[in-house]
Amino acid sequence: MAETPVLTRAEENAAQIDALVNEKYRYGFVTDIDSDFAPKGLNEDIVRFISAKKNEPEWLLEWRLKAFRFWLSLGEDEPGWANLRYPKIDYQDAYYYAAPKQAAGPKSLDEVDPELLKTYEKLGIPLAERAALAGVAVDAVFDSVSVATTFKDKLAAMGIIFCSISEAVREHPELVRRYLGSVVPYGDNFFATLNSAVFTDGSFVYVPKGTRCPMELSTYFRINAAKTGQFERTLIIADEGSYVSYLEGCTAPMRDENQLHAAVVELVALDDAEIKYSTVQNWYPGDADGKGGIYNFVTKRGACRGRNSKISWTQVETGSAITWKYPSCILQGDNSVGEFYSIAVTNNFQQADTGTKMIHIGKNTSSRIISKGISAGRSSATYRGLVRIQAGAEGARNHTQCDSLLIGAKCAAHTVPYIESRNPSARVEHEATTSKISEDQLFYCRSRGIAQEDAVALIVNGFCREVLQALPMEFAVEAQKLVGVSLEGSVG
Amino acid sequence: MLEIRNLHAKVDGREILQGLDLVINAGEMHAIMGPNGSGKSTLSYVLAGRDGYEVTAGSVLFEGHDLLALKPEERARAGIFLAFQYPVEVPGVPSATFLKTAVNAVRKARGEKEYDAFEFLKLMKAKRDALGMSEDMLKRPLNVGFSGGEKKRNEVLQMALLEPRFMVLDETDSGLDVDALRVVAAGINALRRADRAMLVITHYQRLLDHVRPDVVHILSKGRIVRSGGPELALELEAKGFAGVMPGAAA
Amino acid sequence: MAALARKPATTIPFGYGAEAVARPNEPAWLTSKRAAARAVLAAGLPSPRVESWKYTNLQAFATQAFAMLSDGPADAPLALLKQTTIDRPSHRVVFVDGRFAPALSNVGAVPSGVTIRSLDDAISSDEFVVARRFGALADASSNAIAALNAAHGSGGVVIALARGASLTEPVHLVFIATASDRAMAFHPRVLIEAGEGSALTLIESHVSEAGAYWSNPVAEIAVARDATVRHWTLQDQARDATHLALNAVSLAQGARYESVLLAIGAGLARHEFDVAIEGEHAEVSLDGGYLIGGTQHSDHTTRIVHKVGHASTREVYKGVLDGRARGVFQGTIVVEPGADKTDAHQLSRTLMLSVGAEADAKPELMIYADDVKCSHGASSGALDPAQLFYLRSRGIGEAAARALLVEGFIAETIERIADEKVRAYFTRAAGDGLRAHGGALS
Repeated sequence: MAETPVLTRAEENAAQIDALVNEKYRYGFVTDIDSDFAPKGLNEDIVRFISAKKNEPEWLLEWRLKAFRFWLSLGEDEPGWANLRYPKIDYQDAYYYAAPKQAAGPKSLDEVDPELLKTYEKLGIPLAERAALAGVAVDAVFDSVSVATTFKDKLAAMGIIFCSISEAVREHPELVRRYLGSVVPYGDNFFATLNSAVFTDGSFVYVPKGTRCPMELSTYFRINAAKTGQFERTLIIADEGSYVSYLEGCTAPMRDENQLHAAVVELVALDDAEIKYSTVQNWYPGDADGKGGIYNFVTKRGACRGRNSKISWTQVETGSAITWKYPSCILQGDNSVGEFYSIAVTNNFQQADTGTKMIHIGKNTSSRIISKGISAGRSSATYRGLVRIQAGAEGARNHTQCDSLLIGAKCAAHTVPYIESRNPSARVEHEATTSKISEDQLFYCRSRGIAQEDAVALIVNGFCREVLQALPMEFAVEAQKLVGVSLEGSVG
Repeated sequence: MLEIRNLHAKVDGREILQGLDLVINAGEMHAIMGPNGSGKSTLSYVLAGRDGYEVTAGSVLFEGHDLLALKPEERARAGIFLAFQYPVEVPGVPSATFLKTAVNAVRKARGEKEYDAFEFLKLMKAKRDALGMSEDMLKRPLNVGFSGGEKKRNEVLQMALLEPRFMVLDETDSGLDVDALRVVAAGINALRRADRAMLVITHYQRLLDHVRPDVVHILSKGRIVRSGGPELALELEAKGFAGVMPGAAA
Repeated sequence: MAALARKPATTIPFGYGAEAVARPNEPAWLTSKRAAARAVLAAGLPSPRVESWKYTNLQAFATQAFAMLSDGPADAPLALLKQTTIDRPSHRVVFVDGRFAPALSNVGAVPSGVTIRSLDDAISSDEFVVARRFGALADASSNAIAALNAAHGSGGVVIALARGASLTEPVHLVFIATASDRAMAFHPRVLIEAGEGSALTLIESHVSEAGAYWSNPVAEIAVARDATVRHWTLQDQARDATHLALNAVSLAQGARYESVLLAIGAGLARHEFDVAIEGEHAEVSLDGGYLIGGTQHSDHTTRIVHKVGHASTREVYKGVLDGRARGVFQGTIVVEPGADKTDAHQLSRTLMLSVGAEADAKPELMIYADDVKCSHGASSGALDPAQLFYLRSRGIGEAAARALLVEGFIAETIERIADEKVRAYFTRAAGDGLRAHGGALS
């Protein structure tokens, strides 16, 4: 019986790849829906507008304004150290709030605009609970607002809070106030500061003490409106001894202009708690000539505050014109564990500068980093990571493996690790390789009847295997397909 | 079944095959023997269609069709199989995944029904057992960490699963101990059929003790210089390559 | 992860005024190179916000005052001369306090096609050749160490090997600093041109009496087609010294450059390599070992650029950190577009012997070609308890066992030196260094 999973995976492989190699970006459609917009541009009034739209308490408005003023003081000083080239972003030439017109805060799915339900169905995320993927609760964020959250009541019965962050601000202000900005302070970096000022929606999760969340929680982010930035904020708190697995997916229509996405995700794991956070990022990457696509500037950080806590980041990054993202772990609690598993695929003119930071503070903390970068076309992929062992991190351990695969002579792959150790009892190991798909491997597969493109997909999936295995099954299949699709046309 | 006429081929600008002629009929097994550098492996790669092996003259017909016009995967689908001297390692890809992908690609091209997971599992298990291969081996990444013998068994397993019409076995005996050689040879013999043909490329007689060719050829400097029955291999074993060359003292 | 920016230093560590720009009897081209370098430095020394100086802070150093010797060299203490004596013949060139000391040197006879001259001599006899080479590889506009040397340069040596020439004995460059009541600064420049098919072995020793001073050597090494340069450097200076060194190397087709560097001394040291591979089938091998304790800071920054394909790099750095010492390894390998079939491998290993030590590593691969094999590895940690236990279970005391393991760790670097006598010289220095940091080892 032990053989079955291997073959299930094999079955999926063979069946899917054929259909997939001829597929382009399939999420590029636009939903025709009436939306409310904030006036274009960015100023204090916009910040107040967003806060008012959400009926926020005074403290949150103040926090936003503090962030906004700080952001202004940064001038146009975007971080320049990343290996990314893009034209200057005009922060005044965008909308900071766009929401489908509908009765505010639909109480049930019956009240959600059918056009929206259709959109999510088309994206493969049916929101009606009877049709939904078994075992996955979904929060659907459309442009600036959450439009629906499924299985909320079922989860609430267990004390698990899963809702939009706007709702959490209203219903659970004490939790939000206590944790918001506690992992990523508003002044953390240029994009996080911008997000703190203008974030519109996102998901909120609280798992109470000793509770194991029985289903995958998932947020599906969709950018629909043109010229609109998406600034979501997600906050997940796993109380003592709890466990939650959270998935995140993202898509956007195909448009010629670039759109900005600057999210902040904060995770807090208390004693003995575990958070598994998985992302399949498939924002529109732009066309084959590098036109259009999402600029994805994201700050994700988790704090392992408690003893024996664990935070695990898994990401499959195939979309976006620009990706700037370093999901990190602050390992404060003794014996806490941080993990980062990443696949970053860039093709055509995409650029990705992504990696992680593992900050070891507590004793016997351990971290593991596995990064697989694949670049094709004229794209560029950089792994940038920091492993820091503080003086008090007695017995800390880190192991990092970063591999890059190059397909074609015009792409680039960079590996930029920073390794800082201040404790002699800590053991830190880093390994990195860069190579191309070998002609021998391709010929071997082809001589067994496998077409060139399929052989590439097979070898690439093999290269990524350790990371794909870290994903929940539902996502692993999707991710594997995505990797194949993203590399379409890169060989031959 | 296979007709090679005046085949000339270059590798890295050097002409390795220099006018090779060879006809193999259905049901036959031929062996090609020759010293290092005589062009044995070049012939196998030319037949399988590897890049960098440039045919400068001559033709290869497979069942009346121009084999050289086909891509490697098209040749595999048409029924050509090369058992590699050095099977390639492909990290991360489980052998079973690879096998199923290949088998279904070939079956699909032949208009046969693709196997589902269950059917394939059954088929693979039967073939695997015959070759004395463990279940565990097929879960491991393709050829990675396989011993020489395991790699060769894996080649024969692939051959059994892909059901080719014409098989080229390139030094399949190299790196095998006596027991493994016997198992691999039995696997090869099991595949002999009236509608199939095989070309066994080898340096030594020892494989031919287990698989009996109908015709033995001596390859030298890119041409077949002598052909004969199985006894030619024995003669070669006794006298060495120099001793069996045409013109050598009998 | 800092933006590229230069923050002006509060005090520029010149210690001598602008009037010193033009020197008596100096050719105009040198004065103008000096002035250009000064202009670069006017913006201040690089701050830790400059990415390549992230882990080494010059701001404290920048406030120190240094003086330069204006007349002939002092005599060197016998002990140091003896300490730098290698038990094999060599062409020995000695500098004392930054000045060429002919009386202490023993260049000896060299085969035809080979010249070994002081920088001043070379300028007077072959001015245009020197003018062409000076600054050709060590770019003062982009490299602070090159700029400091060019701005304040004080003598040096020029070694040239004509096509096919080779030296059977190594050239031994000995840099000695003597005790002084003022902190001295030395900026020697070494220019090496190894012509087609030539072979050179170069040994460098940097030693001193106790005291504060600043040593700032820059070597420019052009290795022509099929030539080989072996370069073995021992830096064993006083704990109050600052050592900012740069080796800028270029390799033509089929050229080989092999370096072994052992860094034991100086309070603040940075050893840079800037290697450009210009020809196919060139081979670069860099080994580095550093053995530091107390509050020493040893920075090893290397940049190897594969401009063409079919060339190889092998790089292994090993550091031992005791006390509150800080070791820095920054190794960048760049493979430029089209440089296919590049084979480049890099490894950094650090042994941390005590609480308070810090190891920072930034091994970087920047790959712009696809058909390459590149890798790097970095690790840091304490002595392996299993190894330690094994030795102790065989009756070796703990201190001796630790010393043995540390010696073994650093010996792997020294073993890369192909000459037995030179190896012995380095081994002796490493042993002395280990004993000097006896604290955690005993």
